[in-house]
Parts: sequence; structure tokens; C-alpha cells
Amino acid sequence: MMTFQLSNTVIFILAWRNLWRNHRRTLIMLSAITVGVWAMIFMTALMRGMVDDMLLNGIRNLPGEVQIHHLQFLDDPGINNSITAPDAKLLKALQSPEVKAWTTRVRVPAVISSERDSRGITLLGVEPGREVQLGFDISSIIEGRFLTGNNDSGLVIGAKLAERLETRLGKRVVVMSQDPDNNIADRGFRVVGIYKAKMDSLEELNIYAGLTTVQKLLKLEDKVSEIAITGKDYRHVENWFSTIKLVAGQTVQTLPWYEIDKYLGSMLAMMDGFVLVWIIVIFLALSFGLVNTLVMAVFERTREIGLMQALGMRPNMILYQILVESFFLLSIGLLIGNALAIGTILPLQDGIDISVVAKGMEMMGSSSILYPALKLNDVLLANIIVITLGLLTSFLPAWHAASFDPVEALGKD
Amino acid sequence: MTSIVCKDLCKTFQQGDEVITGLDNVSITIEKGDFVCLSGPSGSGKTTLLNAMGGLDTPDSGEITIGRVRIDKLGKAALADIRLHNIGFVFQAYNLIPVLTARENVEFVMQVSGLDAEERSKRSYKILREVGLEGMENRRPAHLSGGQQQRVAVARAIVSQPTLVLADEPTANLDSVTSSQLMDLFVELNQHHNITFIIATHDLRVMKYAKRLIKMEDGKIISDEKQ
Repeated sequence: MMTFQLSNTVIFILAWRNLWRNHRRTLIMLSAITVGVWAMIFMTALMRGMVDDMLLNGIRNLPGEVQIHHLQFLDDPGINNSITAPDAKLLKALQSPEVKAWTTRVRVPAVISSERDSRGITLLGVEPGREVQLGFDISSIIEGRFLTGNNDSGLVIGAKLAERLETRLGKRVVVMSQDPDNNIADRGFRVVGIYKAKMDSLEELNIYAGLTTVQKLLKLEDKVSEIAITGKDYRHVENWFSTIKLVAGQTVQTLPWYEIDKYLGSMLAMMDGFVLVWIIVIFLALSFGLVNTLVMAVFERTREIGLMQALGMRPNMILYQILVESFFLLSIGLLIGNALAIGTILPLQDGIDISVVAKGMEMMGSSSILYPALKLNDVLLANIIVITLGLLTSFLPAWHAASFDPVEALGKD
Repeated sequence: MTSIVCKDLCKTFQQGDEVITGLDNVSITIEKGDFVCLSGPSGSGKTTLLNAMGGLDTPDSGEITIGRVRIDKLGKAALADIRLHNIGFVFQAYNLIPVLTARENVEFVMQVSGLDAEERSKRSYKILREVGLEGMENRRPAHLSGGQQQRVAVARAIVSQPTLVLADEPTANLDSVTSSQLMDLFVELNQHHNITFIIATHDLRVMKYAKRLIKMEDGKIISDEKQ
């Protein structure tokens, strides 16, 4: 053990000094590692930010990270597939610190008619305060106001729908649906607010009315179509989802967002896979430089390596020395690369304006402001991959050096 | 480690289509504390024999025993251990590690063998003083003359108190004064520390120091005389 520690010291000294022997080559390789690591982390943060935005928009439109429905609601989102409002046990579970907000909603297919036109829409009976907490962006109201309470008799519609119906703020429209007895349920609403959504399709589809007003219209009493719940981080729903599911019971269906919208769920998995592929592709480009640097270093020091073997250094210590040298090179590159990446991402936390391509981004469900998302896991992944694969790549020149024949090596010029 | 016994050593090298004979049935016994010079023209097999006795090269056939250990059968790691603990090498071309200072070069073998820092430091300063390099301990090889570098190499070879020192043309790149100083040092170490020296040389001045002179030609020992 003692011998190993002392040998370690000489190996570390040799590895460190040899690294700076050809400082120009080392600096070029360090620059390559630094830029590579920076690109890994910076680009991952941008992509992560974009996907985060797309997922958050998607979850906001669901809304919520977990929803409770009638067992048949997702197959048949009709009035008859309603559930009762949360009972005392569920209300207690919803007080959990991991639950950020929750709301109940009525969601039914309906028809809206103005003086000019009619459209098929989704009527949402909402609790306005909770709806905002859950993700409805109040600043998206471009005219009028949002609903003020569950009994609000006003209606908030999308700008695109208003345009299609040729109606406007303050005008009356008629909303028609079915009650549980399959009778027509209709009533007139005054348009009190017009909102602008990130996607035109949503503006045309969703209209908002007070929860109690809609329940009365549809003769639902206190029944609702769904209970939507959101936590603090959409990636860690499992922490609290199982508790809610258990409390809600078997008579209802409790699902996390990635099962409600499988496309959204697959995006997250796809992103994780893409980050891994991206980091490995950059590393592969780097590895050629790394191997070349070490092969050259070994080639230039053939005689010295032969000498060290002649003096009694075991082949495994020679191998170890080359790997330590590679470790130093990778570590310095990682340190600078990480600092550079963090240093360039932090000033961009207020977002990057990509409104030039806003239309295209909206189609993908993303905003026109891109917020880079620096995740510790991504940084760790990049570092672990560079160190692990870097050392594995260095193994070849190191093994080559360790297998030199001392006599032949000493004879090299 | 009492003696070195070589028995029927043969070694050939392939050079293009030609087969060169390095050692041709060489048998020799060298006793502990001996001071031997191997002489002969270039290609006579001096260095090949030296490398074989030092475990740097393996013969095609024959046996080499150092003390009680058959080294011709050992693997790379075991040979490295034998060299580390028992043998000091001095090469023609100094062969110092350029990124280490004179003192660090001297300490290298002790550090690899696990000697503690205090003992290493004490021994390295003492040996560098003995070879006349006091005050130059922290110079790197590039800042030492050829003679000084060779002295560092000698200091490194003897500092861990090996029982055997193998020197291959140690004076080839030195002037006559420095050569004499180096040989005087070898004789002193041989006499006072009972270190066995085997020196491959074709320098007549060096041969004069030998207690035993072995002449080689075409891979064979052609004479073996005590002086």
C-alpha cells in the first residue's frame, strides 16, 4: 500500500510534467476538449429548454401533471362520464406539499353560435382562481377579462374563434350541449374576455365559463369531468402520483400526463436519448484528437518509457502513468468546458428571442422565447461520458506503451 | 545474490533476410564483488550479453541465474522487480528522464520501490555530493553537461545500493578527465560497497580498471583473463 502511494506520487509528477512538455499540443487538445464539453452542455441546455417549453405548454393545455377521470372518460368524454367532486380523503391528499395546485373542471363537447356562425367547441367549466394557478396564463387575455368566480355568467373565448364567429367582446353567443338525460341544454352567454393562445387550434377549440354556471346548465349538480393536479416538477410526478391514485380509488382513473398524452411522454424519453447520442457524437469527434495526442506523446517518449522499464517500473505502472496523463488532460478540459458552458448559459436565463422563427416554433408547441435549461443531470452525464470514454479511449496508447520491449525502446532515437 | 551464472546462452536477431548471431553458446560465471569488463568490436555481443544478464532481453536458449533465481524464465513484471531491487544500469547515452531534476532522477528508482521521502532525500543528496554534483540537485538534464548527466545516471544506478551494476559504454560520450573520474568512482564503489560491476566497453583506458577482462567476438567469448 505504502509502495503504491509512493509510486503514485512519482507517476502523478511524471504525468503532470509530461503533459506540459509539448504545451502547444496540450493547449490545442485542451481547447478541443473545452469546446466539445461546452458544446455538449450548451446545446443540451438549449434543446432541453426548448423541449421543456414544449412539454410545459403541452401539460398546461391538458392541464395538470395528473388527472382524475371517470373510467370511460378518455374514450368517451361525454356528460355521463362524470365524477364526484373530491371527497375529504382526496382533499387531504391534495394538501400534500408536493402538490402545487389543483382544480376541478367540467369539460364537454358543445356547439357555440353567434349571429353569424356556429362551431363545434369544448366547453370548459372552470374554477377561475385555481385554473390560473394550474397554468392558465392571465396575460393571454387580450380583450376584456378572465372569469372572476365559479358563478361567473360570462364566457371567455379564443381570438381565432371570435374571428370565425364574427363576434366580439360584449356580444352574446349561445352555447348548446346535452344534459345527462340526453336533453338539449343551452343558454346565452355574454363574451367577457378574448384570449390569445400559443396555438391557433386551441383558440378555436376551448371556451371558458364558470364551473357552477356550467354545472347548472348541464344539470350536473356538483359533478365534474376531471380533477387536474400539478406538482413542482413534471419530471418527478411519481413521487406523489401513487399516493393520489391510491386515495382516489379504483372507481376512477388516475393518470400522469405522460399517459394521458403519450406523444408528450415520448418527447421526454426521446429528449433524454437525444442528449445521450449528442454527447457521444461530440465525444467521438474529440476522441480522435485525444488518441492522436496520446499516441504522439507515447511515440515521442518511447526511449524514456524503455528506460523506466529498464529501471524497474512495471508495465502496469507505465499504463497507469499514461492513463493519469489522459485523466489530467480530460479533467482540465472538463473544468474549463463546464465553467465556459455555465458562464454562457447563466446570462441567457432571461431567454433568447427566437421570434424570427416563431411560427415554426409554435407549430412544435414551443414559445418564441427560448429559455436554456441547465440541468445538473445533463452536466453530470457529459462529464461522466467524457471521463469514462476518454479513459477507455486512452487505454489503447497506454497499453501500447506498457507493452514496449525495453531493449527496443531504449534503442529508439 | 552471490553470483551470475550464464549457461549456453544463444541469441539471434533477424535483420531483413539476414540472421545475426548475438550470442553463440556463451557460458560465464561472475562472482559477487567482481569488476568485469566486456570488450570486443561492435557487434561482438557485449551489449546483448549485458542486456540478457540485466533481464532486459531474453535469450533464445540457455540459462541465466542471478543468485538463486532463473531470470530467463521470468515474466515482464517479475523481471522489472529484479531490476528494481538488484540491478543498477548505466547507459551510454545517459538516459535521464528529462522532466525530472537531477535529484528526482536519482530518487526515481527509490520512489518506485517505495522508500520513504526522508530516506530518499538523504540518500540522493549524499550520492549527488559524492559524484560531485552538489548544488546541481534541482537542475533538469537539459541544464547539465554530458559528464554531469552521466554522473547523475551513475548516482541513480547505485543509490538504491544494488548488488550489480551493468554499464554499457559508460565513458563513450565523456572526455578523458571525466572518464577517469567516473571509473575511479566505480572502483571505489566496488571496493567499499562490494558492488559487482560489469562494464561493456571498447575503451582501453576503462579496461585497465578491470579485475577481469572478457573479450568477445561474433557472439562468443574468445578470452577470459584475470588482471
